Amino acid sequence: MAYFTQQLVNAITLGAIYGLIAIGYTMVYGIIGMINFAHGEVFMIGAFISLIGFMICSLLGISSAPVAIVLVLLIAMAFSSVYGWAIERTAYRPLRGSFRLAPLISAIGVSIALQNYVQLVQGARPKPGGQVVSGGFVLFSADGFDVRVSWLQIIIVVVTVVLMLGFTWLIAKTPLGRRQRACEQDMKMASLLGVDVDRTISLTFVLGAALAAVAGMLFLMYYGVIDFFIGFLAGIKAFTAAVLGGIGSLPGAMLGGLLIGLIEVFWAAYFSSEYKDVAAFAILVLVLIFRPTGLLGKPEIEKV
Amino acid sequence: MAARLPAMLKDAALTAFVAAALGIFVVGFRTVDVGSRTGLSFDYQFADLAVAVVVIFLGRLGLQFASNGLRWPAIALGAIMIAAGASPMTLPSGFLHWFVALGGAMLVIRGAWPWATQAFGAAAHTTVGRRVDAFGIKWAGWILLGLALVLPFTPVADQKTMDLSVLILTYVMLGWGLNIVVGLAGLLDLGYVAFYAVGAYAYALLSTQHGLGFWAVLPLAGMMAATFGILLGFPVLRLRGDYLAIVTLGFGEIIRLVLLNWVDFTNGPAGIGSIPGPTLFGAVFAETAPEGKQTVADMLGIPFNSNQRLVFLYYVILGLALVTNLFTQRMRRLPVGRAWEALREDETACKALGINPTNTKLTAFAIGAMFAGFAGSFFAAKQRFISPESFTFIESAIILAIVVLGGMGSQIGVVLAAVLLIGLPEWFRELGNYRMLAFGLAMVLIMVYRPRGLVGHREPSIRLHPASPGGSG
Repeated sequence: MAYFTQQLVNAITLGAIYGLIAIGYTMVYGIIGMINFAHGEVFMIGAFISLIGFMICSLLGISSAPVAIVLVLLIAMAFSSVYGWAIERTAYRPLRGSFRLAPLISAIGVSIALQNYVQLVQGARPKPGGQVVSGGFVLFSADGFDVRVSWLQIIIVVVTVVLMLGFTWLIAKTPLGRRQRACEQDMKMASLLGVDVDRTISLTFVLGAALAAVAGMLFLMYYGVIDFFIGFLAGIKAFTAAVLGGIGSLPGAMLGGLLIGLIEVFWAAYFSSEYKDVAAFAILVLVLIFRPTGLLGKPEIEKV
Repeated sequence: MAARLPAMLKDAALTAFVAAALGIFVVGFRTVDVGSRTGLSFDYQFADLAVAVVVIFLGRLGLQFASNGLRWPAIALGAIMIAAGASPMTLPSGFLHWFVALGGAMLVIRGAWPWATQAFGAAAHTTVGRRVDAFGIKWAGWILLGLALVLPFTPVADQKTMDLSVLILTYVMLGWGLNIVVGLAGLLDLGYVAFYAVGAYAYALLSTQHGLGFWAVLPLAGMMAATFGILLGFPVLRLRGDYLAIVTLGFGEIIRLVLLNWVDFTNGPAGIGSIPGPTLFGAVFAETAPEGKQTVADMLGIPFNSNQRLVFLYYVILGLALVTNLFTQRMRRLPVGRAWEALREDETACKALGINPTNTKLTAFAIGAMFAGFAGSFFAAKQRFISPESFTFIESAIILAIVVLGGMGSQIGVVLAAVLLIGLPEWFRELGNYRMLAFGLAMVLIMVYRPRGLVGHREPSIRLHPASPGGSG
């Protein structure tokens, strides 16, 4: 029981990180119907900016962990957003109205280019760092096994929940959210009614990139080591999460993230850690076969 | 024109500002290992960043000139940048010299582009131009084939060239195989390398453990890969385009992870070694024959030469690639081939006309997988060593890039693209890591500027009424 609870705590933490990345996929897919394959790389770049940010903080002598975290969070969100914006502007916007697979192929190109760019400028070796929060407490003990919850895990879950609530409010109540939903329903009609479609799509990418950067920072703090290749696997798993929850749905992305985290952690804990990625991919295949609209998604009606 | 100058300057400054924001952390602070337990320290590279930002500013300004009709200023700016890049002035790193010069070269090309297209268009409309055009469309394939057939006997065929040619032909074959799936049937397959891996491991295991020869395994490997194609395709082919892409990607990764982790069966990350090469009527390519075999040199009564093996491999892959091509050309004329192309254009209409989309897609998927299996067997026989390392996602992306760059559905385009994407980077091995960076950027640029690929023009496979001369095509 204690072992189970411990795995549950770990799974929720991992699931929160996947959920944050998955929101970026889901929002972009909801609006322009493309899989932003480069989203995982934005997450990776967010992690790198956070790493550099933490190092700068320690150089500047900022020793208080909360101040450093907030500072780095803002920096990472701001500068990763520029990546999100620039990717959309250069690689996707010229392709709007091209054939369906064109943006996806372009996105794969962006993904390869960004990975190699980071590898070139930062080196291929794994980079340790970002461990500014340590310690935790014992939740309970049973059968001689301590169930530990670290402060970091609490921070991760709290940050995720706050951002989730913030985003739900943003989509439901603000003018920006209204414009986003309008574009999602009918882009042409929205533009006829005075919605600046290009700007709305740009902002969607910016928001998605900012969330990915948060996920990148949390990932760095949680695992303490990153390299230029983390975006690929995390990106695919987050995409799986978005599909599992129902692509286009915000709560779905979060739910999907949690489920993927649970599956991965419990598979590794009870079966074999070598095949945990296989399990995640197999889930993706199974979901798409049996419930292509995901758990919370709306069925898509194809019109001629 | 001068009135627009402030706007252009503003735009260039904005671009440079964005570039600076992109680079300030990731480029400006290079993290380096210091070897102690404390971890990392910084290596500041602001000078590099500053140079890059200035280059981007000038480049953007030049592009603005060019698109506003100021061609000469754009070309002059480009020429100055090329000169600056080539000059011996000290820049923070060697890469920046290339960066400046390449930026300049692109500006010159952009500036001169309208003239080039104009001249080309005019030339294509003269009588001679039309004749060359028609001749090219009709005979280009045959000329290439002739060149490919005589290549090993020309003086340029040293070991390096032959190695490269075999590699390019392998990718041409993979490209043609994937072209059936992506180009004809319009299904985006991001896990094509999985079938390639199935073929390679099929040959490697059957030959090293059961002693089967290359020619016996070849059809088996193709069948096995096709079976995998059907097994995967049957449940997932009902999905829409981009979902299918991600599922195939996931499937490719699953195959790779299984190969990596099922150590008893595949020997895991260590791979499988000493795989026998292909034989010619039972004779092997070696200086001394193993027990009970004879060497090709003895059989033909010619002196042994280490190049013979390579030449033989070259003809084997050339033959396999041509079979793929011929097969595709024939399939396109059959009802199922026409159904593929019809499905690519409009699935709903196809359903209405009584075409079963799942079965039709499945045939395309399985046939594409089969050719990947053939190519995989050949790869294993050529390398004599395989490991899961060779079958990563990036391979799938490269094959896909060949198909897309070639112009989906165009057979000759695949050849051109394979020579460009595989041949050029191999010649410029020194580029090292910059190779893949350029590769990714090239994929984006092709999609943005030439989404239909190098050979974008595609003749319909059939016409209801034969085209009249001079009629619209």
